[in-house]
Amino acid sequence: MSYIIEIENLSKDYEVGFWKKKKVRALDDLTLNVEAGQIFGFLGGNGAGKTTTIKILMSLMFPTTGTARILGSDISDFKMHSRIGYCPENPYFYDYLKARELMNYFGELFGFDAAKRNRKTEELLTKVGLDEKDWNKQLRKFSKGMLQRVGLAQSLINEPEIVFLDEPMSGLDPIGRREIRELIAELREQGTTVFMSTHILSDIEALCDNVAILRGGKLAATGNLHELLTDSGEKQSFEITIKGGAAENLKDSIAGIAGAIFAAKPNGANINVLDENDIEKVLHATREAGGSLVSVQPVRQSLEEFFVKQTE
Amino acid sequence: MANPNAVSGASTFKIISTIARNTFREAVRDRVLYNLVIFVLLITASAIFLGELTAGHEARTIVNLGLGAMLVFGAFISIFVGVSLVSKEIERRTIYAIFSKPIGRGEFIVGKYLGLCLTLLVNVLVMGIGVSLAILAVGGGSLALTIWGAIALLYLELAILTAVAILFSSFSSPALSALLTFFVFIIGNFTQSLKDFALTIGSSSGKLFFDVLYIILPNLSFYSFRTNAAHGELPSAALLGGAFLYAMVYIGILLTVTILIFKRRNFK
Repeated sequence: MSYIIEIENLSKDYEVGFWKKKKVRALDDLTLNVEAGQIFGFLGGNGAGKTTTIKILMSLMFPTTGTARILGSDISDFKMHSRIGYCPENPYFYDYLKARELMNYFGELFGFDAAKRNRKTEELLTKVGLDEKDWNKQLRKFSKGMLQRVGLAQSLINEPEIVFLDEPMSGLDPIGRREIRELIAELREQGTTVFMSTHILSDIEALCDNVAILRGGKLAATGNLHELLTDSGEKQSFEITIKGGAAENLKDSIAGIAGAIFAAKPNGANINVLDENDIEKVLHATREAGGSLVSVQPVRQSLEEFFVKQTE
Repeated sequence: MANPNAVSGASTFKIISTIARNTFREAVRDRVLYNLVIFVLLITASAIFLGELTAGHEARTIVNLGLGAMLVFGAFISIFVGVSLVSKEIERRTIYAIFSKPIGRGEFIVGKYLGLCLTLLVNVLVMGIGVSLAILAVGGGSLALTIWGAIALLYLELAILTAVAILFSSFSSPALSALLTFFVFIIGNFTQSLKDFALTIGSSSGKLFFDVLYIILPNLSFYSFRTNAAHGELPSAALLGGAFLYAMVYIGILLTVTILIFKRRNFK
């Protein structure tokens, strides 16, 4: 299988202290492959090594050891950057430029003619939801959320095959987050690979096909998100929601079911059981107590629970 | 996985000129050219008041004062804008988005350097015109034209100084870079004294030290033609050609070293 991003045994040490003699390992022997056409989530707590990895991939930093390839080219080959896009975390741009001028500038660096630069600028600033009246404002007057939108727009100006997004939802309000989530999903539909680092786990759950979790610079887990959450060795449980009936009677009736958890709520209850065969026992007890079934659903481990376990 | 819309990127020349134009735009929007207003006021005031103080030598005094002020104003821009040219990009993290585009670090350095040279060129041209007009106002006649030889040399000196500032800023803090560049500017204008001093020293190691300094530091005294210009002299073609060649070689070496250092830098 060919991969669009190949990372092999990548490590990075930072030299710290006045004499720079002490070394701190920020990234430790990371090996990771990403297939084309997916949204890949790159997770980890603060200081886990996510931004360091992305900076190495962008050739902003050099690895201490290891290699990486993007689109088959070594990361030191900056000409390959004509096929990729990057939106840094908390993006900073020339604040003396207007949004339109910045896009125009980046378009020029890709060698676009004036007509193409204008077309791409208008198309992308519209796509990221930047109000047209702000296009001719200097970036020094922009809020964090507006800068984030410009950052995303500039990362797409060359119609990249892969786009690296470092905390793309940072600084956005809930509506902005939803719009950017839709934009990222749209990119995948167009065949663009998205490599995204974020702290916002709900965005990962909503968007990503595969994920990698870093802990202390090391790879803690990687794979298909659904498989990681269901095959994590955790026993699956079932949540039964009932309404009506005498809750206290019901509580006594299910007391004999091993591992069952009863939680009363107004005009009903939630009951968790570990064994699928116990569902029928609970339903029987519910009917006897005069209650009725609302729903039965398997409880999957949440990404948050999985993430906490991997990073603890 | 070939993308039919894939872009091949701009040529090196196009990238350098785009970065240079943007650097010039930055200088304009950051009001670097505002110094011209002060300069024009200074020259106008000189033209009005000098007549009474230097009877019969107004034009010559304006040449001396004007070219001196041009050097001070220009050196100020070369040093302070020069040292922040690259460090500001790193500090403000604007460099992240730049280097994610197909741009080499060498192209970036050369583009930034040429952008500041363009800013200095506009400065020197406007200031030069101001001095010429002031000379004409006090009846200096042909001096208004002959000073342009000295102005050309002065511009080359500023171009060298800018390259020195960029080199220092590639490995040290802006404050230290400014200080070091200022020292180079001062010592560079007295390099002949270094050579003479080396001759008077008895110890061979001391002589070697000052000889090395003389060779390494730019010979900026080569570019000082103010006194001659005040007497209506024009630099010879040989002087201009030699000064130009020396500046190109010196700047080429400095930028090469800067690029080699910059290519090894990690942007944390």
